[in-house]
Amino acid sequence: MNKLASILAGAAVATMAVVSTANAGAVLNAIKQKDFIQCGVNTGLAGFGIPDSQGNWTGLDVDFCRALAAAVLGDSKKVKFTPLSAPQRFTALQSGEIDVLSRNTTITLTRDASLGLHGAGVWYYDGQGFMVPKKLNVKSAKELKDAEICVQSGTTTELNLSDYFRANNMTFKPVVFATLDEFKTAYFNERCQAMTTDASSLAALRAADARNPEDHVILPEIISKEPLGPMVRRGDDEWFAIVKWVLNTALEAEEYGITQANVDSMKASTNPNVARIIANRDEMGVKLGLSPEWGYNMIKQVGNYGEIFERNVGTSTKLKLDRGLNAQWSKGGIMYGTPAR
Amino acid sequence: MTTLVDPSAPTAAPRDNIGVVEWLRTRLFSSPGNTILTLATLVLLWFVLPPMANWFVLDAVWWAAPPEVCRAAEGACWAMIHEKHRLIIFGRYPYAEHWRPFVAMLVLIGLIGGSTNRRFWRRELAVAWAAGMVVMGVLMWGGVFGLTFVETALWGGLPLTLILTTVGIVVAFPLGIILALGRQSQMPIIRTLSVVYIELIRGVPLVSLLFMASFMFPLFMPSGVQISSLLRAQVAIILFAGAYLAEVVRGGLQAVPRGQVEAARSLGLGYWPTMWKIVLPQAIRMVIPGIVNSFISTFKDTSLVAIVSLTDLMLAARQAVGDPAWRAYGLEGYVFIGLIYLIFCYLMSRYSQRLEVQLYTGRQRL
Repeated sequence: MNKLASILAGAAVATMAVVSTANAGAVLNAIKQKDFIQCGVNTGLAGFGIPDSQGNWTGLDVDFCRALAAAVLGDSKKVKFTPLSAPQRFTALQSGEIDVLSRNTTITLTRDASLGLHGAGVWYYDGQGFMVPKKLNVKSAKELKDAEICVQSGTTTELNLSDYFRANNMTFKPVVFATLDEFKTAYFNERCQAMTTDASSLAALRAADARNPEDHVILPEIISKEPLGPMVRRGDDEWFAIVKWVLNTALEAEEYGITQANVDSMKASTNPNVARIIANRDEMGVKLGLSPEWGYNMIKQVGNYGEIFERNVGTSTKLKLDRGLNAQWSKGGIMYGTPAR
Repeated sequence: MTTLVDPSAPTAAPRDNIGVVEWLRTRLFSSPGNTILTLATLVLLWFVLPPMANWFVLDAVWWAAPPEVCRAAEGACWAMIHEKHRLIIFGRYPYAEHWRPFVAMLVLIGLIGGSTNRRFWRRELAVAWAAGMVVMGVLMWGGVFGLTFVETALWGGLPLTLILTTVGIVVAFPLGIILALGRQSQMPIIRTLSVVYIELIRGVPLVSLLFMASFMFPLFMPSGVQISSLLRAQVAIILFAGAYLAEVVRGGLQAVPRGQVEAARSLGLGYWPTMWKIVLPQAIRMVIPGIVNSFISTFKDTSLVAIVSLTDLMLAARQAVGDPAWRAYGLEGYVFIGLIYLIFCYLMSRYSQRLEVQLYTGRQRL
């Protein structure tokens, strides 16, 4: 059954890929025609994609779609969100139910190569980390020798954990839980000395579930790479390029200091890099098949990457995530916007 | 002078055999074993009830308050429900338009409530349902009379749960009857088809049907053709509930004595009149508890659509408790929707009991 299912799915994807290659730019044309972007997001992950009390979507991944809508259609509201569970997300993209998948999804070789998808760039660098109670006075994961470590079963985190300890010739005692609820309850009731999962989740758990967030520290070691970013279907290179360059332009806008607040005054800037993004120098938007105002609309309506980050997951929010790896390359991070020129 | 006791004079019953004492003695302390059980239960309640009362009521935060107030309180944080109730009940339906699903829900509940009363079982009821469905459709979708259009992808919460359940039951019930009749049919093709259908659907969990409907089905469709995920899930629920109802109804069909059919035949009635007027009324009346049982599980099964990302009551509650500011109070959110499910299921089961009493009157006198 499973085999049959995957063969059928593969065949369907292959057919679709062929069809879409024949009509290059079809996705953009369809989007312009229907006048909205259909964007796949998480069903509910705080900071990345979740409806607020009024039912409005918020989050880093959600705002990427808004930026895309502002750049492509000139209005950040022209986006419809499809909440997707983890197993649903790739089918939804393959079948054309959504135009872009922006759902804290790790870009991997397998997903690019065998699922018929394209990762358009990295929107958030995540990675597996450790959290320990402050009172244990642990400063590094290397000090966790023989520790009991809470971990969720059936996830890649379990594998990464044992790989890390084996690589460092240390032993540990895994305490395995099936669900997030059991997992976090166990840690906060001191069933184990450390917990491990993605660093962003650790920060969220500390902020929202700890009785006193100050009592817990997240160790500096990141033991796996989880580059999360938007994905599109293979076979429409024009659309892929648009998604890719919207992402990079949001990064570049931060680098050059273009913000929602100053974008109007920056329009007069003599810096050619700035002018290419917001003042239609060298007609960057037109080359992508977009309007000359694409960069301006995007930054005016949604903001640059730094603003989007701060608004959704930054230190002023409940999640209190540091920029860390996601800081600009010029500020000690690895966020490096490929130049729009 | 000695007073004679008149043996025929009425005397008061012994104190032990009346009132509270009698009730306690016979119900709670009738034997050493029962006495131990009673005492053990009392001790258990003593340990369980006060903390529960404290958590639910006494130490709870009842009013609207920021999460910090809840953090300081020991008990439940009902402020979380105050903050999130509209998201939980209406999902992602546009906030300003929440009155529309609210009114639609009232119409639906009113129709269901009216239909439970046997006095209203007339032709007009069908007209009322048709009118009600139109009103609900207009309210939910909009797009006419100045109402903004709201696509089904945005429907959510309790209205979605009720719609999935009602449409599921209303369509699955006739489907179930037809399948049950098909399974008993003399015609081999119809019988085989019915058996295969019922066994296939009953042989897989609803979750896998929903997965098929939402993951596999879109891949088979030519690109560009989209069927809303709500409709796909609704069809899966109908197919599933239909197969189970078919088996319940078959139980009733088998309990109707053969003589009934033979008598109908000898009076010259054809197949459909026999079934419609003689067999089914008796069969269905016998399996009301089973049917209502199916209805209740269909109602609760709709919560599975959360895994195919339809924002029903369950997923809306999950989204509400996903907010980091309120995440520590997830339990309150689940208690809230638990109560909603409980109320609806309880009403359904009460109604089935009432209906049984009403329809079984003839039988009970026997």
